Amino acid sequence: MVCSSAGGGRVLRAAFPHTVPVLTGYLVLGFAYGILMQQAGYGPLWTFLMSLLAFAGSMQYVAITLLTTAFAPLQAFLLSLMVNARHLFYGISMLEKYADAGPWRPYLIFTLTDETFSLLSVTPPPEGVEPRRFYLAVSALDHLYWVSGSVLGAAAGRLIHFDTTGLDFALTALFVVLFIEQLKDLRHAASGFAGVICAMAALLLFGPDNMVIPAMAFIVVILICGRKKLCI
Amino acid sequence: MHLTPLQTLGIIVAVALGTMVTRFLPFLLFPAGRKRPRIIGDLSRLLPPAAMGLLVVYALRGVDFSAAGHWLPSLLAVAATAAIHLWRRSVLLSVTAGTILYMVLIQVVFI
Repeated sequence: MVCSSAGGGRVLRAAFPHTVPVLTGYLVLGFAYGILMQQAGYGPLWTFLMSLLAFAGSMQYVAITLLTTAFAPLQAFLLSLMVNARHLFYGISMLEKYADAGPWRPYLIFTLTDETFSLLSVTPPPEGVEPRRFYLAVSALDHLYWVSGSVLGAAAGRLIHFDTTGLDFALTALFVVLFIEQLKDLRHAASGFAGVICAMAALLLFGPDNMVIPAMAFIVVILICGRKKLCI
Repeated sequence: MHLTPLQTLGIIVAVALGTMVTRFLPFLLFPAGRKRPRIIGDLSRLLPPAAMGLLVVYALRGVDFSAAGHWLPSLLAVAATAAIHLWRRSVLLSVTAGTILYMVLIQVVFI
């Protein structure tokens, strides 16, 4: 898709360096996911389908439990809504960037993960590269990394013995770095700190498993109340 | 496999649908080209830094503060990642150095 039009290779080369931290994180977390699926009795084909169609890291881990208990599709649907509620923020943030993405818009929205959102909200498209093709290249690369990592894990997980404990910290480090990049523009600082404080309050009040939705509610309330002062 | 292939497919579709609702909903509610309420325009500008702040805390939500061997590596690695980033401003360098430090800390130092 990316390569079919002229200059696609150049767009990919421009996008690739930005995606290397995601490559590391997705290969490791995807690989671990594939191994867990294998242990639950689901082979590479099922892992492939789940990673391709859902493309939702933390929810896919949760879904392993759903695949090893009684069949409950409605529960699976509702749980995905809750676990992935934070995506609503990414959509609202990307409304304008994705407004003129043309035929690729549905795919860009379909692949809007934590990591893709973080990269695209901070990284301006390089000079001379059409923004929507840069967004497409980053999104498609990230999707490819996740699918490849998880299928590899499902297919070859038992053959490889390398202590990767802690390698998944790459994604945490990426979020830290991209957060700093966001704050470089001082007009963003107040909103950034509001996000951290709301999330920490939600973590303390509701615990690690239930923090996201309260954190989102706190953030929306604070940003709406303060938008006159904060608005850029 | 605990479920039949058809049931497995059902769960995959349910998870994918639930995820897609959260990704597509803002774009369906506020379609391109149509005038959006001002409050949504303001939110779309203010949210990205707040969402990144939320993500940082979310990524660290599992850190256990009752055991120094658990929170100290996370804290040191996050601090090192941030410091290296402020110093050299290279995303790749900061992420690589922070991750290697974290791996060494949890695999070798705090075992």
